[in-house]
Amino acid sequence: MTVVIDRTKPQSPNGHEPVSAAARARARSAKGGGLYQARAPIYPKLVHGRWRRTKWILLVLMLAIYWITPWIRWARPNGLPQQAVLVDFAGGRFYFFGIQLWPQEVYFITGLLVMAAMALFLVSALFGRLWCGYACPQTVWTDLYIYVERAFEGDRNARMRLDAAPWSFDKLWRKSGKHAVWLGIAFGTGGAWIFYFHDAPTVLRGFWVGQAAATAYIFCALLTATTYVFAGFMREQVCIYMCPWPRIQGAMLDQHSLQITYRRDRGETRGPHKKGETWEGRGDCIDCNACVVACPMGIDIRDGAQLECINCGLCADACDEIMDKVERPRGLISYDTDAAVAARAAGKAAVYKLVRPRTVYYAGALGLVSILMLWGLTNRSVLDLHVLRDRNPMYVRMQDGSVRDGYTLKIANRSFYPKTVSVHFKGLPGARLKTPGSPPTAGDLLVTIEPNAVRAARIFVVAPPGAAAGPHPTAFTIRDGRDHARANTVFDAGTQP
Amino acid sequence: MSERKIDGPTGVETTEHEWDGIRELDNPLPRWWLWTWYITIAVAIVYWVLMPAWPGLHGYTKGVLHQSDRVKVVHDLADLKALRGAEGAQLQTASLEEIERNPKLQAYAMAQGQAIFGDNCATCHGQGGAGGKGYPNLRDDVWLWGGSLEQIQHTITYGVRTGEPGAATTQMPAFGRDQMLKDGQIDDLTEYVVALSRRPANAAAVTRATPLYTEQCVACHGAQGKGDQTKGVPNLTDNEWLYGSRRADIRDQIVNGRGGVMPTWGKRFDPQTIKALTVYIHANAGGQ
Repeated sequence: MTVVIDRTKPQSPNGHEPVSAAARARARSAKGGGLYQARAPIYPKLVHGRWRRTKWILLVLMLAIYWITPWIRWARPNGLPQQAVLVDFAGGRFYFFGIQLWPQEVYFITGLLVMAAMALFLVSALFGRLWCGYACPQTVWTDLYIYVERAFEGDRNARMRLDAAPWSFDKLWRKSGKHAVWLGIAFGTGGAWIFYFHDAPTVLRGFWVGQAAATAYIFCALLTATTYVFAGFMREQVCIYMCPWPRIQGAMLDQHSLQITYRRDRGETRGPHKKGETWEGRGDCIDCNACVVACPMGIDIRDGAQLECINCGLCADACDEIMDKVERPRGLISYDTDAAVAARAAGKAAVYKLVRPRTVYYAGALGLVSILMLWGLTNRSVLDLHVLRDRNPMYVRMQDGSVRDGYTLKIANRSFYPKTVSVHFKGLPGARLKTPGSPPTAGDLLVTIEPNAVRAARIFVVAPPGAAAGPHPTAFTIRDGRDHARANTVFDAGTQP
Repeated sequence: MSERKIDGPTGVETTEHEWDGIRELDNPLPRWWLWTWYITIAVAIVYWVLMPAWPGLHGYTKGVLHQSDRVKVVHDLADLKALRGAEGAQLQTASLEEIERNPKLQAYAMAQGQAIFGDNCATCHGQGGAGGKGYPNLRDDVWLWGGSLEQIQHTITYGVRTGEPGAATTQMPAFGRDQMLKDGQIDDLTEYVVALSRRPANAAAVTRATPLYTEQCVACHGAQGKGDQTKGVPNLTDNEWLYGSRRADIRDQIVNGRGGVMPTWGKRFDPQTIKALTVYIHANAGGQ
């Protein structure tokens, strides 16, 4: 793998002041040392182009998903929640459209997380940190906040001037307007969060009249505060200092992974270029710093791939605009691989390899877990059975010499309708079943379980006189039409008197 | 630090610590980390003021919020009582049969009954209710005082031989201790009882004891020896022996005429609690 961070070169070969925020912060710490580093403010410049357009579309799409999802209604019978997506902590249920999960089925959530992780690994190995650049909430909300900032304070240069200017009425209303809208968005974000955990219309009404649960207010305040602070003030600091993913991704990427790349082979030697000058003997990079001022992370992509880079492609858009102006081909900065850059630098044709051992492993693991999940969900029984055997006393001998063991059957009905299951006892010939307050029967017992509930049913099994002493391996089965469940247990016939 | 060492590739100062050729970079911390640290200190101080925090010679600082887990437990218990009040009201109004037929109410009653049984009844009857010598087994289908819901409720409420009004008073005479019968007669009666339970016995003794049984025992145990649940008289023909099935055990019982005492729980529990206990015992005994 090629060396990606090269800071041995002077930062400003042309006598310009270093302009990337990272370089400025580095320069400041290099001057006086100092134990702590102040954040160098970043003023990303608005760019136009296909990646910027893609980011706007995804931003609208993802915010829409976040805000609309809890308001989708879903008809469920028997007084169950009518919300399509609901994490019902109080009732211990997770509703997702036609699926409802119980706490003991948390392995489906685990499977979903494994799938998400594998998909992230696969996408990272193929196309780099697309998640960071396009889909991560930190990126989406920061983008939205910068949009608001730009609307109030103007683009990069205007913002820098405004920050440097002394306080005035103009500065005051622009700043306070920005923060008011930021707080509004933050409150909308924190407020929407709680809709996922309660019935949305109910909690919306209750929230304003002080009737919602304390957790609703706490989480609304918490998410409002984190949104405001993370997207308004912390921004790239969250990615650089708080997020583990930039560190983990080093294990996913290799020289064949697409990532935002400055094509060193084409760009060097860089330097200013006047209209009409020849392009012979020099690179395409005119050192205009358009990529640096566009970067929301405050880095110079020409230093190579680095931990801070979120692969958002805004520098590529910025560079393409410049390349159009100077009439050079686009794509000096673009999604490319280290291997392709190295090949071109050596005068060879670039080769792109999507199928590599690691992408095959990730895709294989993703496929396997997806199939397992699909199989699990389609074969999932709405009935669940657990048997607790009485251990004190282990068995009870009756007057007629028969032996009776007591069991508590925990029968879960995960459907939305009441179920009447027939309880059958296997493995003990002549056994009869009985429930409290009724005589033993030779056939199966019928037990009705309410929808979306667990019923603990006391069931006694009576072995006929003369049943062989000692433990018998047995099993309870329950069945209602197609749905059934089974639990193994032991019948203790005791010792002969 | 006299001279600052700068790492070549990154341009960052090093700590001058080196392990196997790897040098540690001394990247400065972001300043906001320092501020979060100051904030945690401030939060700690606010916490000391609001919450119980510092031990002293005479107790501890209580904090201006007067937060106390002990008080919280008291509140929680009061809340629990209020919660039970709603469910308990149903227990009060429903009949025993209704409780047993309603799965929710039965589960509630059994949970309450189990706790009460463990605290009060298990001392004699055992944790699982299997009893022991002199203490009836509540799990099987042999009932001294009857195994229906109403009979169990009656027995718990009034108790046995406590002297309280309503409690059973029946008592087997101590035929030997009070010298009502001679040793030989008691030996013969023992054989008679063994014969009643369909076990091999000395036929001559049984013949001798027949008039004795008719004279002394029939009034309570009946001609067939089947007993009488209204008086708590045990059935002598089954396999269940409260004080033991061996000849020595049976003889001992005829000599001493023991009978257990069970507290009058109606004095200690409210009717709702007794109902819960009744349903619990009835369900675990398989009911009758």
